Amino acid sequence: MTTHAARPLPPAGERAAALEALLVAKGVISADAVDAVVDAFENEIGPRHGARVVARAWVDPAFRRRLLADAPSAIAELGVGGAEAEHLVVVENTEDVRNLVVCTLCSCYPWPVLGIPPLWYKSFAYRSRAVSEPRAVLREFGTEVPDDVEVRVWDASAEQRYLVLPERPEGTGEWTEEQLAALVTRDSMIGVTRAASP
Amino acid sequence: MTAAHDVPFEEPWQARAFATAVVAVEALGLPWDAFRDRLKAAVAADAGRPYWDSWVAALDDLVRGLSPAG
Repeated sequence: MTTHAARPLPPAGERAAALEALLVAKGVISADAVDAVVDAFENEIGPRHGARVVARAWVDPAFRRRLLADAPSAIAELGVGGAEAEHLVVVENTEDVRNLVVCTLCSCYPWPVLGIPPLWYKSFAYRSRAVSEPRAVLREFGTEVPDDVEVRVWDASAEQRYLVLPERPEGTGEWTEEQLAALVTRDSMIGVTRAASP
Repeated sequence: MTAAHDVPFEEPWQARAFATAVVAVEALGLPWDAFRDRLKAAVAADAGRPYWDSWVAALDDLVRGLSPAG
Protein backbone atom coordinates (compact mmCIF):
# COMPACT_ATOMS: atom_id res chain seq x y z
CA MET A 1 0.00 0.00 0.00
CA THR A 2 2.79 2.41 0.82
CA THR A 3 3.97 3.05 -2.72
CA HIS A 4 0.55 4.29 -3.72
CA ALA A 5 -0.27 6.13 -0.53
CA ALA A 6 0.23 9.57 -2.03
CA ARG A 7 -1.91 8.92 -5.07
CA PRO A 8 -5.56 9.84 -4.94
CA LEU A 9 -7.89 6.90 -5.37
CA PRO A 10 -9.97 6.71 -8.52
CA PRO A 11 -13.77 6.84 -7.98
CA ALA A 12 -14.11 3.06 -8.04
CA GLY A 13 -11.34 2.76 -5.46
CA GLU A 14 -13.03 5.27 -3.20
CA ARG A 15 -16.31 3.46 -3.60
CA ALA A 16 -14.66 0.13 -2.78
CA ALA A 17 -13.10 1.60 0.36
CA ALA A 18 -16.47 3.04 1.39
CA LEU A 19 -18.18 -0.31 0.84
CA GLU A 20 -15.54 -2.12 2.86
CA ALA A 21 -15.97 0.42 5.67
CA LEU A 22 -19.73 0.04 5.51
CA LEU A 23 -19.53 -3.75 5.72
CA VAL A 24 -17.17 -3.45 8.67
CA ALA A 25 -19.50 -0.97 10.38
CA LYS A 26 -22.43 -3.33 9.85
CA GLY A 27 -20.42 -6.08 11.48
CA VAL A 28 -20.58 -8.24 8.34
CA ILE A 29 -16.82 -8.41 7.84
CA SER A 30 -13.65 -7.37 9.63
CA ALA A 31 -10.78 -5.47 8.06
CA ASP A 32 -8.48 -8.19 9.38
CA ALA A 33 -10.32 -10.80 7.37
CA VAL A 34 -9.92 -8.68 4.24
CA ASP A 35 -6.22 -8.27 4.99
CA ALA A 36 -5.87 -12.02 5.37
CA VAL A 37 -7.47 -12.72 1.99
CA VAL A 38 -5.35 -10.09 0.24
CA ASP A 39 -2.27 -11.60 1.80
CA ALA A 40 -3.22 -15.16 0.95
CA PHE A 41 -3.87 -14.39 -2.69
CA GLU A 42 -0.74 -12.31 -3.09
CA ASN A 43 1.59 -14.69 -1.31
CA GLU A 44 0.18 -18.17 -1.01
CA ILE A 45 -2.48 -18.99 -3.52
CA GLY A 46 -1.25 -18.64 -6.99
CA PRO A 47 -0.48 -20.72 -10.01
CA ARG A 48 1.83 -22.86 -7.87
CA HIS A 49 -1.04 -25.10 -6.82
CA GLY A 50 -1.99 -25.63 -10.42
CA ALA A 51 1.65 -26.31 -11.27
CA ARG A 52 1.80 -29.04 -8.64
CA VAL A 53 -1.32 -30.63 -10.09
CA VAL A 54 0.09 -30.58 -13.62
CA ALA A 55 3.49 -31.92 -12.57
CA ARG A 56 1.83 -34.81 -10.74
CA ALA A 57 -0.21 -35.59 -13.83
CA TRP A 58 2.96 -35.69 -15.92
CA VAL A 59 4.69 -38.24 -13.69
CA ASP A 60 1.70 -40.32 -12.55
CA PRO A 61 -0.50 -41.69 -15.34
CA ALA A 62 -3.12 -42.99 -12.92
CA PHE A 63 -3.40 -39.55 -11.33
CA ARG A 64 -3.66 -38.02 -14.79
CA ARG A 65 -6.61 -40.26 -15.62
CA ARG A 66 -8.33 -39.37 -12.36
CA LEU A 67 -7.64 -35.68 -12.97
CA LEU A 68 -9.21 -35.74 -16.42
CA ALA A 69 -12.17 -37.77 -15.20
CA ASP A 70 -12.91 -35.92 -11.96
CA ALA A 71 -10.67 -32.94 -11.33
CA PRO A 72 -12.13 -31.77 -8.00
CA SER A 73 -11.52 -35.17 -6.39
CA ALA A 74 -8.07 -35.53 -7.92
CA ILE A 75 -6.80 -32.12 -6.79
CA ALA A 76 -8.20 -32.78 -3.33
CA GLU A 77 -5.68 -35.64 -3.12
CA LEU A 78 -3.00 -32.93 -3.24
CA GLY A 79 -4.76 -30.82 -0.65
CA VAL A 80 -5.92 -28.30 -3.24
CA GLY A 81 -9.51 -27.13 -3.24
CA GLY A 82 -11.91 -24.54 -2.01
CA ALA A 83 -14.52 -22.21 -3.46
CA GLU A 84 -14.63 -22.40 -7.23
CA ALA A 85 -12.57 -25.57 -7.32
CA GLU A 86 -15.63 -27.79 -7.13
CA HIS A 87 -16.44 -26.83 -10.72
CA LEU A 88 -13.01 -27.57 -12.12
CA VAL A 89 -12.61 -29.45 -15.37
CA VAL A 90 -9.16 -30.28 -16.74
CA VAL A 91 -8.65 -30.43 -20.50
CA GLU A 92 -5.57 -32.01 -21.98
CA ASN A 93 -3.31 -30.67 -24.72
CA THR A 94 -2.05 -33.32 -27.11
CA GLU A 95 -0.21 -33.42 -30.42
CA ASP A 96 -3.52 -32.89 -32.16
CA VAL A 97 -5.44 -30.60 -29.84
CA ARG A 98 -4.69 -27.32 -28.14
CA ASN A 99 -7.04 -25.97 -25.51
CA LEU A 100 -7.62 -22.33 -24.65
CA VAL A 101 -9.63 -21.07 -21.68
CA VAL A 102 -11.67 -17.90 -21.60
CA CYS A 103 -14.66 -16.51 -19.73
CA THR A 104 -16.66 -14.45 -22.15
CA LEU A 105 -19.20 -13.24 -19.62
CA CYS A 106 -17.03 -12.03 -16.79
CA SER A 107 -13.84 -13.64 -15.62
CA CYS A 108 -14.58 -17.03 -14.13
CA TYR A 109 -11.31 -18.58 -13.28
CA PRO A 110 -10.21 -21.45 -11.04
CA TRP A 111 -8.64 -19.38 -8.25
CA PRO A 112 -7.57 -22.22 -5.98
CA VAL A 113 -5.29 -23.59 -8.68
CA LEU A 114 -4.34 -20.46 -10.60
CA GLY A 115 -4.58 -17.58 -8.16
CA ILE A 116 -6.19 -14.42 -9.45
CA PRO A 117 -6.30 -13.99 -13.20
CA PRO A 118 -4.00 -11.49 -14.92
CA LEU A 119 -5.62 -8.32 -16.20
CA TRP A 120 -5.46 -9.38 -19.82
CA TYR A 121 -7.61 -12.42 -19.06
CA LYS A 122 -10.31 -10.05 -17.88
CA SER A 123 -9.95 -7.62 -20.77
CA PHE A 124 -12.72 -7.23 -23.29
CA ALA A 125 -10.20 -7.81 -26.07
CA TYR A 126 -9.20 -11.24 -24.76
CA ARG A 127 -12.73 -12.26 -23.83
CA SER A 128 -14.00 -11.54 -27.32
CA ARG A 129 -11.03 -12.46 -29.46
CA ALA A 130 -10.22 -15.77 -27.77
CA VAL A 131 -13.49 -16.99 -29.23
CA SER A 132 -13.51 -15.19 -32.58
CA GLU A 133 -9.86 -15.64 -33.53
CA PRO A 134 -8.11 -17.96 -31.07
CA ARG A 135 -5.18 -18.71 -33.38
CA ALA A 136 -4.37 -15.01 -33.72
CA VAL A 137 -4.53 -14.61 -29.95
CA LEU A 138 -2.22 -17.59 -29.49
CA ARG A 139 0.20 -16.12 -32.00
CA GLU A 140 0.33 -12.90 -29.99
CA PHE A 141 1.42 -14.97 -27.01
CA GLY A 142 4.16 -16.44 -29.17
CA THR A 143 2.37 -19.74 -29.64
CA GLU A 144 2.28 -20.91 -33.24
CA VAL A 145 -0.29 -23.60 -33.83
CA PRO A 146 0.03 -25.63 -37.05
CA ASP A 147 -3.10 -25.71 -39.21
CA ASP A 148 -3.60 -29.42 -38.64
CA VAL A 149 -3.81 -28.95 -34.88
CA GLU A 150 -7.30 -28.34 -33.59
CA VAL A 151 -7.82 -25.38 -31.25
CA ARG A 152 -10.59 -25.88 -28.69
CA VAL A 153 -11.83 -22.84 -26.83
CA TRP A 154 -13.44 -23.46 -23.44
CA ASP A 155 -15.76 -20.77 -22.17
CA ALA A 156 -16.00 -20.88 -18.40
CA SER A 157 -19.45 -20.82 -16.85
CA ALA A 158 -21.09 -21.01 -13.48
CA GLU A 159 -20.95 -24.77 -13.74
CA GLN A 160 -17.47 -25.27 -15.08
CA ARG A 161 -14.04 -23.71 -14.70
CA TYR A 162 -11.29 -25.01 -16.90
CA LEU A 163 -7.63 -25.75 -16.45
CA VAL A 164 -5.43 -26.78 -19.33
CA LEU A 165 -3.07 -29.69 -18.80
CA PRO A 166 -0.17 -28.65 -21.03
CA GLU A 167 2.09 -31.13 -22.77
CA ARG A 168 5.14 -32.22 -20.84
CA PRO A 169 8.20 -30.50 -22.33
CA GLU A 170 10.69 -32.70 -24.14
CA GLY A 171 14.00 -33.40 -22.49
CA THR A 172 12.56 -33.76 -19.00
CA GLY A 173 12.59 -37.54 -18.78
CA GLU A 174 14.56 -37.76 -15.54
CA TRP A 175 13.11 -34.67 -13.91
CA THR A 176 11.50 -34.82 -10.51
CA GLU A 177 7.97 -33.69 -9.91
CA GLU A 178 9.27 -30.61 -8.12
CA GLN A 179 11.56 -29.67 -10.99
CA LEU A 180 8.74 -30.18 -13.46
CA ALA A 181 6.38 -27.97 -11.48
CA ALA A 182 8.76 -25.06 -12.03
CA LEU A 183 8.14 -25.36 -15.78
CA VAL A 184 4.37 -25.07 -15.45
CA THR A 185 3.44 -21.45 -15.96
CA ARG A 186 0.11 -19.83 -15.31
CA ASP A 187 -0.21 -18.99 -19.00
CA SER A 188 0.35 -22.61 -19.97
CA MET A 189 -2.59 -23.61 -17.76
CA ILE A 190 -4.80 -20.95 -19.36
CA GLY A 191 -3.60 -22.43 -22.62
CA VAL A 192 -2.08 -19.38 -24.29
CA THR A 193 1.45 -20.77 -24.15
CA ARG A 194 3.23 -24.08 -23.79
CA ALA A 195 4.91 -25.09 -20.57
CA ALA A 196 8.40 -23.65 -20.28
CA SER A 197 11.26 -25.56 -21.86
CA PRO A 198 14.02 -26.91 -19.65
CA MET B 1 -2.84 -7.64 -24.36
CA THR B 2 0.12 -9.04 -22.46
CA ALA B 3 3.12 -7.37 -20.85
CA ALA B 4 1.65 -4.44 -18.92
CA HIS B 5 -1.41 -6.49 -18.03
CA ASP B 6 0.34 -9.56 -16.77
CA VAL B 7 -0.56 -8.94 -13.15
CA PRO B 8 -3.89 -9.46 -11.38
CA PHE B 9 -4.06 -5.97 -9.92
CA GLU B 10 -2.88 -2.60 -11.13
CA GLU B 11 -3.44 -0.92 -7.79
CA PRO B 12 -3.81 -2.06 -4.19
CA TRP B 13 -7.44 -0.93 -3.94
CA GLN B 14 -8.32 -3.59 -6.50
CA ALA B 15 -6.91 -6.34 -4.30
CA ARG B 16 -8.91 -4.98 -1.36
CA ALA B 17 -12.08 -4.78 -3.44
CA PHE B 18 -11.50 -8.38 -4.49
CA ALA B 19 -10.95 -9.53 -0.93
CA THR B 20 -13.87 -7.52 0.43
CA ALA B 21 -16.26 -9.34 -1.89
CA VAL B 22 -14.78 -12.75 -1.09
CA VAL B 23 -15.01 -12.17 2.66
CA ALA B 24 -18.47 -10.57 2.53
CA VAL B 25 -20.01 -13.35 0.45
CA GLU B 26 -18.65 -15.96 2.82
CA ALA B 27 -19.67 -14.01 5.94
CA LEU B 28 -23.18 -13.60 4.60
CA GLY B 29 -23.42 -17.30 3.93
CA LEU B 30 -24.15 -16.72 0.26
CA PRO B 31 -23.08 -18.92 -2.63
CA TRP B 32 -20.33 -17.35 -4.72
CA ASP B 33 -22.77 -17.14 -7.60
CA ALA B 34 -24.62 -14.44 -5.67
CA PHE B 35 -21.66 -12.22 -6.40
CA ARG B 36 -20.72 -13.73 -9.72
CA ASP B 37 -24.16 -13.08 -11.18
CA ARG B 38 -23.91 -9.42 -10.17
CA LEU B 39 -20.43 -9.21 -11.67
CA LYS B 40 -21.67 -10.72 -14.89
CA ALA B 41 -24.47 -8.15 -15.01
CA ALA B 42 -22.08 -5.32 -14.23
CA VAL B 43 -19.69 -6.39 -16.99
CA ALA B 44 -22.57 -6.75 -19.44
CA ALA B 45 -23.95 -3.33 -18.49
CA ASP B 46 -20.77 -1.59 -19.61
CA ALA B 47 -18.41 -3.83 -21.55
CA GLY B 48 -15.77 -1.14 -21.97
CA ARG B 49 -15.54 -0.34 -18.27
CA PRO B 50 -12.35 -1.42 -16.49
CA TYR B 51 -12.79 -4.84 -14.92
CA TRP B 52 -12.28 -3.78 -11.31
CA ASP B 53 -14.75 -0.91 -11.74
CA SER B 54 -17.33 -3.52 -12.71
CA TRP B 55 -16.27 -5.55 -9.69
CA VAL B 56 -16.96 -2.60 -7.40
CA ALA B 57 -20.32 -2.00 -9.09
CA ALA B 58 -21.22 -5.62 -8.33
CA LEU B 59 -20.09 -5.22 -4.73
CA ASP B 60 -22.13 -2.04 -4.46
CA ASP B 61 -25.17 -3.92 -5.70
CA LEU B 62 -24.59 -6.71 -3.19
CA VAL B 63 -24.29 -4.28 -0.28
CA ARG B 64 -27.39 -2.37 -1.36
CA GLY B 65 -29.32 -5.61 -1.19
CA LEU B 66 -28.57 -6.02 2.50
CA SER B 67 -31.17 -4.96 4.99
CA PRO B 68 -30.45 -1.64 6.74
CA ALA B 69 -30.00 -3.50 9.99
CA GLY B 70 -27.29 -5.49 8.31
